[in-house]
Amino acid sequence: MANVIRDETIDYVGILAKLELSQEEKEAAKKDMASMLDYIDKLNELDTTGVEPMSHVFPVNNVFREDVVENPDGSEDALANAPESRDSAYVVPKTVDQ
Amino acid sequence: MGILELTAVELSAKIRAGETTAVEAMQAVIEQIEKHEESLNCYVTFDKEAALHAAAEVQKKIESGELTGPLAGVPVAIKDNMCTKGMLTTCSSKILYNFVPTFTSEAVLNLEQAGAVIIGKTNMDEFAMGSTTETSYYGETKNPWNTQHVPGGSSGGSAAAVAAQECFFALGSDTGGSIRQPASYCGVVDMKPTYGTVSRYGLVAYGSSLDQIGPLCKTVTDCATIMEVIASHDKKDSTSIAREDLDFTSALVDDVKGLKIGIPRDYFGQGLDPEVKEAVLAAAKTLEEKGAVVEEFELGLVDYAIPAYYVIAAAEASSNLERFDGVAYGYRTESYEGLHNMYKKSRSEGFGAEVKRRIMLGSFVLSSGYYDAYYLKALRTKALIKEEFNKAFASYDVILGPAAPTTAPKLGASLSDPIKMYLGDIYTISVNLAGLPSICVPCGQDSKGLPIGLQLIGDCFQEKNIIRAAYAYEQTGHFAKCPLAE
Repeated sequence: MANVIRDETIDYVGILAKLELSQEEKEAAKKDMASMLDYIDKLNELDTTGVEPMSHVFPVNNVFREDVVENPDGSEDALANAPESRDSAYVVPKTVDQ
Repeated sequence: MGILELTAVELSAKIRAGETTAVEAMQAVIEQIEKHEESLNCYVTFDKEAALHAAAEVQKKIESGELTGPLAGVPVAIKDNMCTKGMLTTCSSKILYNFVPTFTSEAVLNLEQAGAVIIGKTNMDEFAMGSTTETSYYGETKNPWNTQHVPGGSSGGSAAAVAAQECFFALGSDTGGSIRQPASYCGVVDMKPTYGTVSRYGLVAYGSSLDQIGPLCKTVTDCATIMEVIASHDKKDSTSIAREDLDFTSALVDDVKGLKIGIPRDYFGQGLDPEVKEAVLAAAKTLEEKGAVVEEFELGLVDYAIPAYYVIAAAEASSNLERFDGVAYGYRTESYEGLHNMYKKSRSEGFGAEVKRRIMLGSFVLSSGYYDAYYLKALRTKALIKEEFNKAFASYDVILGPAAPTTAPKLGASLSDPIKMYLGDIYTISVNLAGLPSICVPCGQDSKGLPIGLQLIGDCFQEKNIIRAAYAYEQTGHFAKCPLAE
């Protein structure tokens, strides 16, 4: 296996992906990611010098509209899905300490 | 002939002619669901009373002359990654176990306005990540042709429901083959339209530059008819395209004389099951006998589509799935210390293994130091693949090949080796990278009795070429019916 994923890499990816992995999951993830990257490295066989990266197959431009409210106020319905809400707002753990 | 035998278009015609009603059709579907659902598990959400009520409302509108379209009164199943107002939408994930959308996705709204009646929401691989419908949090769906086998995925519930007559047609979504591969495994007809043809508004995003919604159904006529209803220009989806050639049913013509069909040699090499190969080449022969010009050609870069796809899809998924954090909707972990710990625990407990695998890969390939080497490299490869298709479509109207290298694998045989599972998408994935339309129709069965799918790929905006080829092939009577069907 050409790619070796170190513990620090998996920890870093865990931070980026906002995932908390058990030791067992980490070991499995290291193995999985290494074999995926080995497979993806096949792309290095291709010479892509001078090729523009293509994000969309058609030219996609921003679609603008007037800043006018078109939809009705759905806040009550939306809040009905919240794990916790109070006074028309989502409740989350305290984010800033004094 | 029983009511369940009817195609969607036939059923609606009978309802509008007063020979049956939307309620009778829904009752027949419900009976079929109650008979087979325990062994198949096609649906995540199915509300019998709500479905019957909706059917009765539609029936009134048909009788008053308000609804006159070709799908009026027809019961439809919706893949569970399309938002439905007031109806649970889980993406077959624990993290959305209680999510009730406040709006309906545009494609589903188009169907409702045409008088189709929603039966329920179909099972899928979690967040559409998988090829077998085994990564669903709500249990696997089984293939109605043989319940020892998978229905394919990720739209496995939709494909199985159509095959088992638990609906008259269904909607699925296709990011790398997620409509075409299950349709092929379950012996039904489907289409993945040109990117931008069907609005993605309300479709829970996986790989936004690749995702398209499409129909799974019984016949090519149903397919073209449903496409006409669901395709629309939608200003709520910035990648939606304003097209003026959406009269897909005009291509339902039994005539392929002079149609140029190319068969990529690279699609028939190593890894292709000999029985699949034989059936697909026999279908090509049939089309040739009907007057099509069939030739083999070299389509380059076939082996590079899967690695490019997994980089792009994982990158987009890692970004799209950031919104599931336990704040505004869905699962929140029970105990936590502070905001970040709540995010992490909610996501780690809420997502399954395959979803986590792809989010992590996506986060990695987008991270500083790897972005150029992986993500941009994949986007450059995508440009080269698109170029290969452009070259092919300069010579051919249709590219013909298999939908999948094998028929449906046995349950439990795929998940242990992700790369092997990903390789099963080799014939479908490049179509999404290039934004092309593709249709699959059944073209036979293997010695185990499992269906084989024929894939017909068209150039962007040329759905009519593939509809015409599929329709002409269908007229030769090669479609078989699932043994579970009535």
